[in-house]
Amino acid sequence: MSNSKLTTADYPLAEKRPDLVKGPRGTGLDSISLDAVLAGEVTLEDLRITPEALRLQAEIARDANRATLGANFERAAELVKVPQDFIMHVYELLRPGRARSKQPLLDAAQTLRETYRAERMAAFVEEAAEVYERRGLFTYRF
Amino acid sequence: MSANRWGRFEDWDERPLRLDKFAVEDAENGFAAFSSPYDPKPGIRVAGGRVVELDGVAEADFDMIDLFIARYHLDPVVAVEAMAIPSHDIARMLVDMNVPRTDLVRLAHGLTPAKLAEVVAELNALEIAFAYSKMRARRTPGNQAHVTNAKDDPLQLAADAAIAVGFGFDEIETTMRVSRNAWANAVACAVGSSVGRAGTLFQCSSEEAEELKIGMAGFTSYAETVSVYGTERAFVDGDDTPWSKAFLASAYASRGIKMRCTSGAGSELLMGFHEKKSMLYLEARCLCLQRAMGVQGTQNGGIDGAPVTATVPGGVREMMAENLVAVWLDLECASGNDARSTESEIRVGAKILPYLIGGSDLICSGFGSILKYDNSFNPSLLNGEELEDFLVLQRDFEADGGLTPITEEKALDLRRRAVDAIAAVFDELDLGHPTGAMKQSVVMASGSDDTDSYRPGEVAEISDRIQKRAITVVDVIRALHARGFEEEAENLLWLVKLRISGDYLQTSAMVRNRKILSAVNDANDYQGPGSGYRLSKQRLNEIAAIRDVLDRETVLAQEEEFARLEARGVAFTRIGEAAVGGDPREVVIGVSPAFGVKLFRTMGGIPVSDLLREMVAGIESAGGVARIVRLRHTADTSFLGLSAARLSGSGVGIGIQAKGTAVIHQADRLPHNNLELFSNAPITTLQHYRDLGRNAATYARGEMPEPVVVPNHGEAMGSRYHARVALIYAIETSLIADGAPPEEIAVRRMEVPA
Repeated sequence: MSNSKLTTADYPLAEKRPDLVKGPRGTGLDSISLDAVLAGEVTLEDLRITPEALRLQAEIARDANRATLGANFERAAELVKVPQDFIMHVYELLRPGRARSKQPLLDAAQTLRETYRAERMAAFVEEAAEVYERRGLFTYRF
Repeated sequence: MSANRWGRFEDWDERPLRLDKFAVEDAENGFAAFSSPYDPKPGIRVAGGRVVELDGVAEADFDMIDLFIARYHLDPVVAVEAMAIPSHDIARMLVDMNVPRTDLVRLAHGLTPAKLAEVVAELNALEIAFAYSKMRARRTPGNQAHVTNAKDDPLQLAADAAIAVGFGFDEIETTMRVSRNAWANAVACAVGSSVGRAGTLFQCSSEEAEELKIGMAGFTSYAETVSVYGTERAFVDGDDTPWSKAFLASAYASRGIKMRCTSGAGSELLMGFHEKKSMLYLEARCLCLQRAMGVQGTQNGGIDGAPVTATVPGGVREMMAENLVAVWLDLECASGNDARSTESEIRVGAKILPYLIGGSDLICSGFGSILKYDNSFNPSLLNGEELEDFLVLQRDFEADGGLTPITEEKALDLRRRAVDAIAAVFDELDLGHPTGAMKQSVVMASGSDDTDSYRPGEVAEISDRIQKRAITVVDVIRALHARGFEEEAENLLWLVKLRISGDYLQTSAMVRNRKILSAVNDANDYQGPGSGYRLSKQRLNEIAAIRDVLDRETVLAQEEEFARLEARGVAFTRIGEAAVGGDPREVVIGVSPAFGVKLFRTMGGIPVSDLLREMVAGIESAGGVARIVRLRHTADTSFLGLSAARLSGSGVGIGIQAKGTAVIHQADRLPHNNLELFSNAPITTLQHYRDLGRNAATYARGEMPEPVVVPNHGEAMGSRYHARVALIYAIETSLIADGAPPEEIAVRRMEVPA
């Protein structure tokens, strides 16, 4: 692949660029058939989006002048490999009053950064910690 | 009736409208639609490439919402340019078809909430509707249905999901009466929506963590209950922050699930934290925030706050205005028309019309495809009861509301197939074993009151089993296939596969004919007549094909069938050319060309021979003598009557058409200045015709009787009968022979067994 970014002309990827669309285990779209599901060759694991697909969609979104949507897809790409439980843990911490100080949020950010290489998401959680402190959100809720 | 009150007010008290409550404008207490003295003046200050003041608030004083908008929504470079343009000028650009949508979207990246609100407030309702139609992101309009029922009955959910898909809804949304039932609802709707075609997106609205889990198991394809609010206190009370919601947005995308946020006027008011700001300003904050979070779209336009918003002056216009802000910010808009904001059907029709004719990504963010009482979100603006009204509105305005009529046969087929499919899946996965009687009751039932099926408690056990055994969509696909539902298995797999490419995560994505249509590959390119979305000939035909449409062949065949039966019992015999009579007691009845020849009953269903018998009896009862004449030179009531009068010895005659319209005329009167007229044939009875005969004979004696009045009850006669009348009257006119002389006829009734 060259370094050139995708544009809106490459969309929808499944139609225009099927060569770029693969399941998490490298399965191509054509291989994901009913027969393959029945034979057990395709599982739920193969029906997930990949970080690569999200980054490609981010390129398309940016080309369509939707930079914020692109940024969301880029953050999402970092979360693909993050386990569900940890995602729910971070989400819960980000809700008002769940954390009583900055520290749990900073710890979560550290895990995102170091364990899952989720740099953007880590910075985002750190930013939340700063704002929550300034706005007094580390307070009793229940 | 009270003595000191005009009775009309008592009539008005009885109308459904009076169940609606209205509130005075009161900005102090949050009841202001478009502007409040507490709304900030638009403004921005950029320093060092950073927004340091936003709508009069300095950076140091930013609350969470200000800060998020300043950092993530506003493009400082565009902001300097865009904020300098007078609001009035931008408002004019919004309704100028020559200013492309893309130019306005670029400017919006630099506009603050107060500025966006100030601009759209310049527009009247028509201008807002037009601007909305121009600015919405995707070209092709779509629609979303609620599929729920009062028992959380999965059999009914499957049947109703299949029906919603059959009518063409692009998305279906379910929720539960009992939250434990979420998994059963999800499986039932996923199966039901795979009947008929693939690609209807589905969501199961439940608690955030649960909803994401259901999505992870592959049953759902989108989420929209990620609410945001326009004040910090309301946001915190809603148990979230811009950061937590933005995190959730990324989490959904990371699981390949389409997502939009929800916001709408009135929510801050209902939650008690409105900060005395106008609804529109608060909503502009919500929408800037959503773009800032990077979500592709919004469910917006009152939503749960629609009923309270509709109580204030301009509230309905405000909901249109906030939808306009949403699409101007380039967000997909599921445009409300959701929670029923009124008991008045007129207010319902008026509310939906701009969206129907202007189009919207999802016209309703929950059209209640089920009956009102089955809607677990609460009744929608439009519901199962009114679905056909909406189909007719599409046809009236040749506007695409996203729906397509289906036949009774197809509806029944879809319901049977869906109920069989979900029953088979339950049986195959040992989740439940519904009986034939349960299935049959659901297939035929309009709503859950008429079903004999699962109860909420039984459903909870099924739901628990699905969750505990970690059943996924792959298990369901296999079960469908194992029981012979191969097409449904294929359809469901096709939908789940969408998440691999993530194509449907882009703005305004939906599926039509197994193709993704979104704002990327189906961008709204409206630039005046001939551009933007236009209905194809094929689509126009689909929309026109509602049920029970009259056509000429059917109407004529019905008349011929009746004529065949009636002709056995009566004979109209031509005696010879009719002359002017000499008897001063005479009343001539002039019948129309098709009367008793091709047409044998009135619009009121009265056989013409019975009509003549009663009319003659009426004439004789007042001492008159009747003579029947066929007039062939005209079919017009006035000229039938006047011609009959001129042949009559008394100078008084009756003209009558086969469809039952009758007139008493007098020889010396002007054609359209008759003595008495029965113009509403459908409600004219035999007694009326008898009385008309009696009165004609009374006029013949030179007396002035009390005119016969056919009372009506305000029926819309035209809408009920005119299509049929026009087809039938064409038979009369086809038998006219120019200048043909009148013929005297005899009517002979033959006694035949009924």
